[in-house]
Amino acid sequence: MSRIESTLAALKAEGRTALIPYITAGDPHPSHTVGLMHALVDGGADIIELGVPFSDPMADGPTIQLACERALLHNTSLWNCCAMVAEFRKTNRHTPVVLMGYLNPIETRGLEAFCTLATSSGVDGVLIVDLAVEEAPEFAPKVRSFGLDLIFLLAPTSSDARIEAIVRQASGYLYYVSLKGVTGAASLDIDSVSAKLEQIRRHTRLPVAVGFGIRDAASAALVGAVADGVVVGSALVSQIEKFQATPDVLPGLLKSQLAEMRAALDATLPAAVA
Amino acid sequence: MIYENLPDARGHFGPYGGRFVAETLMEPLRELEVAYNQLKVDPAFRAELDKDLALYVGRPSPLYPAERLTKKWGGAQIFLKREDLNHTGAHKINNTVGQALLAKHLGKTRIIAETGAGQHGVASATIAARLGLKCVVYMGADDVERQSPNVYRMKLLGAEVIPVQSGTKTLKDALNEALRDWVTNVDDTFYVIGTVAGPHPYPMLVRDFNAVVGREVISQSQDMLGRLPDALVACVGGGSNAIGLFHPFIPYDGVAMYGVEAGGDGIETGRHAAPLSAGKPGVLHGNRTYVMADDNGQIIGTHSISAGLDYPGVGPEHSWLKDIGRVNYVSVTDTEALAAFHECTRTEGIIPALEPSHAMAYAKKLAPMMSKDQIIVVNMSGRGDKDIFTIAKHEGISLL
Repeated sequence: MSRIESTLAALKAEGRTALIPYITAGDPHPSHTVGLMHALVDGGADIIELGVPFSDPMADGPTIQLACERALLHNTSLWNCCAMVAEFRKTNRHTPVVLMGYLNPIETRGLEAFCTLATSSGVDGVLIVDLAVEEAPEFAPKVRSFGLDLIFLLAPTSSDARIEAIVRQASGYLYYVSLKGVTGAASLDIDSVSAKLEQIRRHTRLPVAVGFGIRDAASAALVGAVADGVVVGSALVSQIEKFQATPDVLPGLLKSQLAEMRAALDATLPAAVA
Repeated sequence: MIYENLPDARGHFGPYGGRFVAETLMEPLRELEVAYNQLKVDPAFRAELDKDLALYVGRPSPLYPAERLTKKWGGAQIFLKREDLNHTGAHKINNTVGQALLAKHLGKTRIIAETGAGQHGVASATIAARLGLKCVVYMGADDVERQSPNVYRMKLLGAEVIPVQSGTKTLKDALNEALRDWVTNVDDTFYVIGTVAGPHPYPMLVRDFNAVVGREVISQSQDMLGRLPDALVACVGGGSNAIGLFHPFIPYDGVAMYGVEAGGDGIETGRHAAPLSAGKPGVLHGNRTYVMADDNGQIIGTHSISAGLDYPGVGPEHSWLKDIGRVNYVSVTDTEALAAFHECTRTEGIIPALEPSHAMAYAKKLAPMMSKDQIIVVNMSGRGDKDIFTIAKHEGISLL
């Protein structure tokens, strides 16, 4: 069982929802990333999605685009991201880390070389935004052969046929994009999210995390009531943007921001509700 | 493999092409592919498109013998395919007329487009005005500044022009932003991509709408000369005018083809926009193709005096044609293109856009190496009115 699977299974046994924060590696500066990852864990993160900066993040909204630009000012590379995870692993062996990014940096370095380095660095999973399942026939088995989980996106537009094709290749968890739009978008319709999750669960027993449009404790709790995990990204990254000039305050800020969401999620535990 | 059947069912040209986009767009792209495959064989759709091409665009465009240039350059006879005489002054309208008709048949009420030099933006705004569709054009903030006459043209036509401030503030960033708009407004919006790049089916359908150029050259050269040309020359940015000319000729092995990329300050300086000449395969904007990227896989900034060629990727079909050796991809510098611009203008009374000035510059090198009974067709893909400000500025001439 992978670190992602056992983490999610343990949460499920407790009836708890996974809290999955996203930050972009190298933002605001590569020297801060590992410290921020530890702060996220202190705030209640169950899994960390670490963004690999890309020059052309076409599925991301302005907040994460700017984070990529800040990280790329310091030439934060895919190899640097792996090194950050290795550093994080020196003191944390239990929190799974998923690298999230675009295909070109991986292809440029070579899939085999990347999987080798990612595995030895302590990376647990990979989510490639622009790798559709149709283009993954050679990719998916290779990634899995290294013991890495390959996480796929599902969207409001995904048909039953696509969901079926995707769950066959996916492992770890599925990431459901809650709305038609880019990261950091404003509104989220919980009824349609709930209905789509039901549709997805008819195809798979994999845990489903929901992202896009989760900004605060209230929206986290709302989604947490129906999803196995909630992903929060732009809300954290916009704090990093705001306080980039005083990065020393960021670990404390991100920790407390996440802790509020953690508390709101745990307040919906069946025991607490009863 | 029979080349004419490419792309395959998954949108691949050999190892290139495909559909590399976020999940939200996969189903809309599949729907577009299905609709296009039905409509392209629908006689009513074909008739509507042919009527627009004849009466609105002004097709067929002439195949013009450039006799004075032929004499000056010595060697093969130069013919120009006059796409600059189309409505809106470039080949771009062939594609926007087709895609807008698709949008109409799909019941979409809003079209979006990306643009570099502004030619595709103008062509999109033009057809949107004619069909009564709402039109939004994304344009890199730097290009908005460089190409202000075209920005004003689009606004006159009723389009909203949104300057894109992210990344390098040029065409590639405009494409990213248009994709973000589409993913957000996919229910009522049709994305009119301006070149043979992007995710499948765009490289195929943009090619098909532009292939009228090559088909006309085949019949025109048969009628005028009783045979096919010996060589074709076209500039390649994203590659839509080149593929439009080349594609129908691919089965004719006797016809040599030259795709001319923007060499900028020279390939050796690194300041260019020539992914086929100096890049490597990668994934950008939804397809696998040759791209300009650094060792970490980040897309790098390009340079060309021509905004329309200033793009770090290229259509996937060109990548395939390069690998199989069917087309020769070459480059010319800014300086060579400018010289050809002036020579064509003074010798033939035709002011070419900076993009086909690159094709002209290569034809000038090629013609003397061929014999006088041979024929070169150059795609004069657009007129140069839009570029006179850029050229004046480059040459230190004040127009105010």
